[in-house]
Parts: sequence; structure tokens; C-alpha cells
Amino acid sequence: MREPMPAADSVEMEVNGEKRRVNVRASSLLLHTLRNMLGLTGCKPGCENGDCGACTVLVEGLPMKSCLMLTAEANGRKVTTIEGLANSPATYAFAKNQAFQCGYCTPGFIVNCEGLRNAYPQADLETVRLWLESNICRCTSYEEIHAAVQEMLAGYRRTP
Amino acid sequence: MTGAAKYANDNPAPGLLHAKLAVSTHAHARILSIDVSEAMRIPGVLAVVTGQDYPVLTGSPLSDRPPLALDKVRYVGEPIALVVAELESIAEMAAYRIQAEYEPLPAVFTTEEALRPGAPVLHERMSEYEKDEEVYPEPGKNIANRTKIRKGNMEEGWSQCRHIVEVHIHMPQSDHASMEVRSSTAEIKPDGKVFLRTASQSPYAVRGAVSQAFRLPLHHVFVHTPLVGGGYGGKAAIQLEFLAYMASRSVGGRRVRITNSREKDMMSSPVHIGLDSTVKLGCTADGRLMAADIEHRYNCGAYADRGPIMSRAGAVDCTGPYRIDNMRCDSLCVYTNHPYCTSFRGFAHSELTFAMERAMDSLAKEAGLDPLEFRFRNAIGPGDTTPTQTLLTRSTVGDLPKCIAKLMSLKNWQGSSSPHKDGPVVKAIGYSCFWKNSSTPLNAGGGASLVFYPDGTVNLQCGAVEIGQGTRTSLTQIAAERLRMDVGLIHISTDIDTEKDPYFWKTVASRSTFLVGNAVLRAADDAIEQLKRLGSLVLQGLPEDLDVGYGRVFLKARPDISIPIARLAEGVALPNGRTVGGGAIIGRGSYTMQNLTPLDPETGRGVPGPEWTVGVQAVEVEYHPIDCTYRLLRAATVIDAGKVINPALARAQVTGGMSMGLGLGSRETFYFDSNGVLLSPQFRSYKLIRYGEQPQYDVEFVETPHLEAPYGLRGIGEHGIIGMPAALANGLSRAAGVELNRLPLTPERIWRTVHDPF
Amino acid sequence: MIPFDLEYYVPADVSEAYDWFRKLQEQGKDPVYYSGGTEILTFARLNRVRTGAVIDLKAIPDCRSLQMSGQLLEIGSCVSLSDLCAANPFPLLSLAARGVADQTSRNKITFGGNICGRIIYREAVLPLLLTDSAVVLAGENGMRAVSIHEVFEGRLKLRKGEFLVKTLTDIRFLPLPYYHEKRRKIGHVGYPIVTVAALKKDGKLRMAFSGVCAFPFRSDPMEQVLNDSSIPPHKRIEEAIGRLPGPVLDDIESSAPYRRFLLARTMADAIQSLESR
Repeated sequence: MREPMPAADSVEMEVNGEKRRVNVRASSLLLHTLRNMLGLTGCKPGCENGDCGACTVLVEGLPMKSCLMLTAEANGRKVTTIEGLANSPATYAFAKNQAFQCGYCTPGFIVNCEGLRNAYPQADLETVRLWLESNICRCTSYEEIHAAVQEMLAGYRRTP
Repeated sequence: MTGAAKYANDNPAPGLLHAKLAVSTHAHARILSIDVSEAMRIPGVLAVVTGQDYPVLTGSPLSDRPPLALDKVRYVGEPIALVVAELESIAEMAAYRIQAEYEPLPAVFTTEEALRPGAPVLHERMSEYEKDEEVYPEPGKNIANRTKIRKGNMEEGWSQCRHIVEVHIHMPQSDHASMEVRSSTAEIKPDGKVFLRTASQSPYAVRGAVSQAFRLPLHHVFVHTPLVGGGYGGKAAIQLEFLAYMASRSVGGRRVRITNSREKDMMSSPVHIGLDSTVKLGCTADGRLMAADIEHRYNCGAYADRGPIMSRAGAVDCTGPYRIDNMRCDSLCVYTNHPYCTSFRGFAHSELTFAMERAMDSLAKEAGLDPLEFRFRNAIGPGDTTPTQTLLTRSTVGDLPKCIAKLMSLKNWQGSSSPHKDGPVVKAIGYSCFWKNSSTPLNAGGGASLVFYPDGTVNLQCGAVEIGQGTRTSLTQIAAERLRMDVGLIHISTDIDTEKDPYFWKTVASRSTFLVGNAVLRAADDAIEQLKRLGSLVLQGLPEDLDVGYGRVFLKARPDISIPIARLAEGVALPNGRTVGGGAIIGRGSYTMQNLTPLDPETGRGVPGPEWTVGVQAVEVEYHPIDCTYRLLRAATVIDAGKVINPALARAQVTGGMSMGLGLGSRETFYFDSNGVLLSPQFRSYKLIRYGEQPQYDVEFVETPHLEAPYGLRGIGEHGIIGMPAALANGLSRAAGVELNRLPLTPERIWRTVHDPF
Repeated sequence: MIPFDLEYYVPADVSEAYDWFRKLQEQGKDPVYYSGGTEILTFARLNRVRTGAVIDLKAIPDCRSLQMSGQLLEIGSCVSLSDLCAANPFPLLSLAARGVADQTSRNKITFGGNICGRIIYREAVLPLLLTDSAVVLAGENGMRAVSIHEVFEGRLKLRKGEFLVKTLTDIRFLPLPYYHEKRRKIGHVGYPIVTVAALKKDGKLRMAFSGVCAFPFRSDPMEQVLNDSSIPPHKRIEEAIGRLPGPVLDDIESSAPYRRFLLARTMADAIQSLESR
């Protein structure tokens, strides 16, 4: 077993490809650790209740709402935030399709789309819907986001 | 896109303190005592502030609201105290420990309850409140404002009506639901200067209000607004800024941040206004509108904020874009013991439009007319007058008939509009027209400056906040076009600093491109004049013989004789020892609303704003009679945009507004329990449209220029939302065969109406 | 942000988990078992749960199992709802799981967490009730396997310090005809107004419900009348609704009358769908 974690202790994660060690309270959420201790403020608090998806990050490649995760739970794991996806197909597709307005929900959407592309590069419309309904965008009508995801998946399919 | 964009809460810093609110648990009560001792005992708590510490009243146009409750609370969620602590978690825990003792007072939650004779009065000292702008409160009652419209002859109007309907509608309060919650940070330097960083659509109004409330000179208040994560009017209000200032003062000026939780953003901060309305409308046998009598009762909650101005807007445009020569309207802003309201995208227009357009469909049905044909026949145009008796021109009202004609010509929207059965479902289309003028103060305006750098690039400074609407991109396009230079050579910052950027009233009312755009044009013209004058000294020609463009000043007659702007910006040393240019070349411009007049208090006569943007919208639904569920199939908007300068941005603004309007129409609402406690302060209970529910959108533009505006363009940022709730309700009413006059239209609401229409 | 401190424990096996629980209990820390943790975290941030320590069960191999073991399908309590749907060993359970929250949240929410949570819907339990599954619980006296019907009354009746390790389902139930429908207020994400899960075994209909009352349930009296072919179907439904085990919920998701309406419609749909199969 791992040593129990007292009220505050150190956690080690691989964040965007770099090993990072942070001292945190055991009750601290991954969201706040990424933002306040590692400066990764692309990870956005929207509801801190798991309802909006703005704080989505990849943990071992899988989208997770970082407000629904203790930092301690990410100990020893690979975490990818929007800052680690600068040149990803999803980022490119969102930019090209202007799939954002105020931009606040955008990192969460892009991270989720990258997770989707990793898991289901051939995702059908229903799978895309199931994944993307985890995030809320208040500015757009989702029309441009839909176009971006379709383009991202189509582009991926063309690539051998 | 890469996570690099910084919003108000995105700069965690060492030493930053945190403030959290304790809020009222009563809808209406006298505060007997607030016990902060337990909170103060928690290690890490530095200060607790209550209303008694800052007995100031804030609010425009009516100063009715203390930043922290004083003596009385008027809604559940009203801030009563704030805690400042070293950590956010400590501040939060301490806020839970603040104990208040109350003496409950009877509360009113609906406009009906609030207007009943003998109803408990929320604001006993209303007559003492300070007023700015036109506002007509009625002391002794729960009426923060009444706007009256009287036009034509009602008796004559009704006598010509063959068909008359009366419609009662209800639109509940709801939320802006910006994805970024409100956040403000304040720091007071030892010399007394106040630095605020805030998620706001109105940094200059924040500067003014903080200066006024705490008696600080304007040049001691600095407001920084970075990118704003969604506003929709909700961040035009000023609330956390006052609290951040008070929090910082309480700890000797140290930097303190207050950020709402999502729950507090919905229950404590200002929300979207509600409306109850009665519309009586009549037309001749052949469907010409002859008379209208309208009473709007806007539910503004516990404090007025912009409610009085919204209720005025609801009166000014109450008929929708139709010619009605005989009409009256009373539009009230009513206090209730609900969260208070502020501006919301559309500024009272999606509400008034819901009322009017439901009446239009009812009347069309009564008169046996096609609803779209009926609208076409009554469309307002040049030569007609508005409710405030403004005589319209093509420039001021655009071309609604052309919009309707264009909608009817679109591929998906031709042919019969009657509901039809398709297997177990019914497909139906609902329509709504809309119009909107702005409701700004008469002196709303803004400035811009263009600073030329020594390499010929330009820095555009202005006060329009980027909230995702793309205004700042459009403004650089306007500057580039006038200066005839590559838009890529013009820089505009994403942030606003009131210290450096020229004043702008507020980023609201779809007026940024109009007001700031005109200021940019004037700044460009000013720069061009300066460049010509400087160029004339170097090129030895008269300034009027010169022209500016493509990065150069050149002789009109001999464009090959020229000098780069870069060189002028850098400074040109002439052989005679004199230097031309250098220093700084700064183009300045400003623009203020022109030709608006106050409205007559008895008749409403006056000119409320510069122009009306008009349009038509439609929604097609697929309705399942068996369980009253439905799907949104398609939605369309044809809008007279004056001129479209960026088609992609324009479409995105319109569809974004449409989506929000469909949300209001179909699901968004606050649920309260019988004690006025908000039961839906989270996105689990406060439903928003999610990916996959969006209909197919069709957006088309008509271009009838507004002659006063840059390139003739009209405001379009809000307008996509305006007719959507009405069009949805009209479509579903036709599909279900019942009159759906209460929003939101959840399947349960429809089911209840079908089974118990009265 | 959670406004209080807590300690975090990751036991490696079942007995260690219980040992920690006992010790922390003795220290007055009011420990809670933690699986996906989504509910604990969202309640804690609103100060609606107070605990001094959480015991994360996710490292315990028994809690992570997802396998066929002889005639039994074994599902560990810490299997995420997403993993459960993706592996899809039990299609009816996949449907029930897929109705919970949203896809990203289901990457975190676990099967056991959904069943043992405070939030009243616990929709993943419905297929277990229909298939007379067993649950394996661990506590003071080690592990015990019991029929779900013995320990589930609206919620799992756990002894102090006991936790759900895994569930066991007879694989003969898996190919049976089934029905699942979740009705929400509006949209595709949210709590149910009514969720109906149904199964047909030996010509008899079994039905379990969530959202209808303040707890999920399967009811013998209701199934008796639903299977009484001497009564016409719409009468059976009316009669069955008369035998609900508690008052119909009346809240912001739905009024009680609309819930009854949707319940009747969904039951009719279930009967019709399974009748011919």
C-alpha cells in the first residue's frame, strides 16, 4: 500500500510531459492545484460541480473534470492540460472553424475532443454527441464546434 | 485556444487574499444582529465586514442597494457579510460560521403579489434614493419605475377593430450563465490609489461608481479588465467591485480577490429580469392593426439596478416592428423578494417580443390569417411612427418587409407554414418579428486613439471590452480601412485599462461598433490630417494636395512622390535643421449619441435611440402529441444588419443569440421554494442547451445602411435572441393546438396546458 | 474548493481498508469510503458532507474486477461507468450506466459509487434488482456475499464500516429480453423524472424504477399485477401504480402528476416492447 496522505503532503504527477512535484492539502482539487500551483490557468473553473466541463483535463489520455478529482488521486499519473495541446488537431480545428467566442469553455472542449480522438478516431455522430454533451458553451450555438469536430475526425481519418 | 488567454481570475499571485460572502437565508427580514465572532476565531481569517461598516447606497439609475445588506435583507442570497482570509477555503468555512438573527417580514414573489394594494413594501425610503437618468419610482409601492406611452386615439382605434384578442404572458427570471463566474480583485496602495481587476463589461462605469460610493477622485481609481468569459449584460452590473474594495480596505489595502461560486453567481449576483404582461390587440377585418393596449410588469427582484431602464425599453419598443397608430402602454418595473436583475442580452426585448408576438399569433388565428402574411401586412416602415412618435426613415428603421420576403424565399422555409402531421409527430413552424433600438443615456459615447509607432505600425486604444463578440477585431478592420493599411499592422490589446484607454460608456446595447467605431473613424481622420500636415513639410506640397494610404503620405497627383508614415513617426531631419514628426503621432477621436431626446413622462414622446434593427425569425419543431415532447429541427433569422463587415462573426453572433433564445424559450428558469429559496442554482437544475440539441441554423442578412453609422452598419450582437422564445412558443402552440403563454416550454409545461388549458 | 481539511488513504486490499476505517473512526475522524468520489467532492464543497478522512478503494483489486467467473459476472464497485459501458458485459446495465450524468463524469463515477451514493436515483442498481444479483460486502468480519434483495431497501443497508466490493450476476440473465428508458425534464443530461428498467424471464415481466419515488425499487406487488393477464394492460398499469411503495416525487424536475403520466406511458412502452419477445 501507499503511505497514507496526511492533511498536507507532496504529490508527483507528469504534467504535459514534465515531472512535477507539489505540496498540497489532501482536500485540494486537481483543478486548483493545476491553476494555482502550476500556473496552468487554461484549466477553467466553471461550476466546480462537474456540470460544465470547462475544467476538463486528460488523465492517462482520458477526459476528466479536474474539479471532480482530488490532486492526490492524480499521484503518479499523466495529466495533460490545454497548455500541453498547443499543436493538437483539435486546437487546429477549433481555430480554423472559429469554434469559440468568449473562449472560456474552449480549453475544456478542446481537451475533451482530443480525448475523443485518442479513444475513438472513427467516432460516429452519436459517440461525438455523447462525449461533447459533457461540456457547456454559452456563446455559440454549437454549430461551429460541430464543424470543428467533424473536420478534426475527417482529417484524422485521412491520415494513415 | 492554447490556455494562454488570461481572464480576471487567472493570475494567482503570492500574497493574494480571498474574500467570501455570507448571505441572507430570508427573502424579506429585518436584521437583528450579525455574529461574526466564531468566524473571526478561525486561524487565517483576517477581517469580517458587514453592511454597518459601509452604509452606502449604490445603483444607477436608482441608488437603492447597499453592497452588504443594511438593516434589512430583501432576497435569499443577499450578501450580509464578507470574510477576508489567507486561503479561499478558510474564507469559505468562516463565511458558513457567520450567524445572523432575523425578524422575518412578509415577502412578495410575483409581480401580482407585489402590486396588490396593501402589499408589504420592500423599499420604505424610496423617496430618498438618488436618481440619475429618467426614472419614475412610485414611493409607498413596489414600483421602481413606470413608463407611459400614449399615442393616437384609443376609442377610435378600438372602434375600427373587427378582431380583438387579449393575451397574458409570463416569462420567469433566469440567469446569464456566463461560463466565467464574476470575479473582482482590489488593492489600495499606500497613497490611496485603488486598483481593481474585474470581469466587467463596463470598466469605466465601475470607476465612476466606486469613486462615487467611496468618495474617491476619479484619478485615484484604476480598473483593469482582461478578457471576459461571457457577459450577455450580466457583467455590466457593478457588485463584486464594491465588495472587493471594502475587503481590501478592511485589511489595510492588501490585494483581495472575491470570486463567486456558481451558486452565488446565480443567487446573489444580478440575474435576468422576468416579465408578466397583458396585451390587448385589435385589427380590422382585413388584418390591419388598429389598436393596442399593453401593460408590462417587469419583475426586477429586490433592487432596481437597470430594471427601470429595461422597463422603459419595454415601453419604447412595445409594439414590435408594426405600425399601430392608436396605442397605450404602461411598463412597470416591480420590486419582489427575488434576486435582483440587471441588463440581459436583448435588454427587455426578448420579453416584450414574447408578449407582443404571442398576441400577434392569437390575433392572426382569430382573424383567420396566415401568421407571416399578417406580419408582412403590418410591418413598420419609413413614414410610420414608433410608440414614442418618432418618425421613421429608411435609414432609421431598415427594411422588415424585405427580411420577411427573403425568409420566404429560403430553401427550407418556403411553402405552407401550417402545421402538418408526419406519422406520429406534428411538424410546425412558428414566426416572430423583432426590432430593437438601444436604451442608452442621451450622452453615451466613447473615444479612441491611434498611436503610430516608428515602424509604421499602429496601436489602437479604446474602451470596448472583448466579451467574445469580436468587436475589437471589427474595430481594427474599421481603422485599417480608413487608414488604407494592412489590418495586420494594427495592434489592439485584449485588455482594458481605464488608466490608458479612452473612455467608453459600457460594452452593452450592441452599440460598441457604432459608438467606438465612429470614434475610431474620427481618430483615423485626425491622424490623417496630422500626417498630411507633417507630410506637407517634407514633400513641399499643401496638405490638401496630399493623401494617406498603404503606409505612406503621398501627393495625390504624383503618388510616386511620397514618404513612409514610419519615417514621419520616427522623425525626419530636414536639411535646415528642423525635425518633422517624431515624438508621437496620435490620432484622437470621440463620438457621442446624437439627436436623442428625453421621453415625455406622460406620453413617452421622444427619440429614444439612433436606429432600429429589424428582422424576422422562425423555428420549426417536431412535436410528439403523445407525451408533449419535441425536437428543434430548424431555426432561421433574416436580419437587416445595415452592412455586414465580417460575415463569419456576424453569423456567429446571430446564431449564438438564437441558441440562447431557444434556451430561454424551452428550459431556462429559476425555481424557488415557497420561502423564496432558489432551488436551481447549478447547471444540474438550471438547464442549458447542450451539444447535439442544436437545430439547423439558417441566417441571412439584408443590408439597408444606417446613415450615421460606420459603413452603415447596425447593431446585431443581441438581436438573435429576441424573437426566439416567441417563435418557439408560436410553433409549439400551433403544433399542440393550445395557447402556450408561459415560459419555459418544457414538455411538462405543454402537457399541463394541453390537459388544463385554463 | 473544499472548505475543510481531510486525510487521504489508499489501502491495497479489503482488510486494510476496513482497518483504516476502524482506526480513523476511533480517532474521531468520521472517515468515508471513497470510490469515484464525485458525490463526496461536490457535497463537501457545499459543506453538506463533513469528513476528516477519505479511504480511496480504487487500488483494491477486488473492487476493480470485471470478469466472468464461472456462472457469474463479477463487477467491482470501483469500475467506472465508462469502463462498464465500453466492456458491455451486461447490456441492460450499460444502458442504465449510460444514463448517469455525462460521458466525462462517467469516466470518474464508479458503479459502486452510483449504487451507494446519497443522490437518490442510484440507477445502476436497477439491473441488479431485476437479475436477483448478489452483492459482496466487506467489513468487520471480512467479506460476505448476500442477495441484493436482502440488503437493498431504497439504498444499500450497510453495517458500520462496511463497503461494497463487487456484485455477482448469474450470466443466464444476460441474454434475456430487456427494456430501459430514462425520461428527463428536457435534454440528454440530467436526473430522471422516470427511469424504467425491465426484463422478461420465464414469460414473466420484471420491472424496476428510479426517479418515481425518493428511492429506486423493484416491487413484488406491482409485478404481480403487471403479470396478471386476466386484466387488460392499461388496467394493469393503473393498478400497479396504485401499488407504488412510496409517494410519487414532486420536485423541480417534475410535478407528481406529470411523473405519474410519464410513468404510465413508459410502463406501457415497456410492456409493449417486451410482449412479443
